[in-house]
Amino acid sequence: MIVPLGHVLILSGLLFVAGLLGVLLRRNLIMILIGVEVMLNAVGLTLVGASAYWRNPEGQLFALLLMAVAAAEVTVALALVVYLKRSRSTIDVNRFNGMQG
Amino acid sequence: MPTLLFYILAAITLLSTVLCLTRKNPVHAVLYLVHALFALALLYFLLGAPLLAAWQIILYAGAIMVLFLFIIMLVESPVADQSSRRLSRWLPPAALSGSLLVCGGALIVMDPAATAVISSYWLTPRDFGCALFEHYGLAVEIISLILLFAAVGAFHLGRRYRPNSKEDVS
Repeated sequence: MIVPLGHVLILSGLLFVAGLLGVLLRRNLIMILIGVEVMLNAVGLTLVGASAYWRNPEGQLFALLLMAVAAAEVTVALALVVYLKRSRSTIDVNRFNGMQG
Repeated sequence: MPTLLFYILAAITLLSTVLCLTRKNPVHAVLYLVHALFALALLYFLLGAPLLAAWQIILYAGAIMVLFLFIIMLVESPVADQSSRRLSRWLPPAALSGSLLVCGGALIVMDPAATAVISSYWLTPRDFGCALFEHYGLAVEIISLILLFAAVGAFHLGRRYRPNSKEDVS
């Protein structure tokens, strides 16, 4: 291992917190999705670092599955963005405060 | 040397992520996120995951980010950009891409044949495929089903919006 596992974990923790702050503080729906992507990548870095630390392929395999899940999530979320833009003509999450039915 | 590269790439990743999340314009945010994903791919390479590094670039920086750009072009109203002629505006992205290029070149120079010099743990694509399909075949099937469901859901949500139909009223 070229660096201690703790440093990899610190880096991915900082990335995760940055993504979480982006999700919590931004009000544009697309910026919120970008924050989610940053958080998923932080988790992927943790998995790859753990895989290198324990010399085990499972971490990298799960990082691959994580990428596929992220792709599926982005597909549905961006379809929702287009749907909301069509029906409400905005993507500001502060405007989505009404329910129907 | 790989240790030094790790810290440089970590700094690039953090910097471009922070720049990405603080941009006003979503297109700029996506471009900074591509920088962060490239730096993460090089980090994966340093940590002994060459196949994942390639997929990080092909899948994330290629497919998913292009999808983001398509949707931004589709839903965002165009922002008038007056200050794009100033040269100093290009300094942060140019510095980030330049340092990424230098780091990638250093990786290639250090390990031209991609033999296990960089990292003590090195999972070749062949071992990766063996481990995946020998022990986790069911996981591959489930992931393919998840992708299929996501595609069907996106198709369902993306149908043409009809104001008169019953389920689309908002």
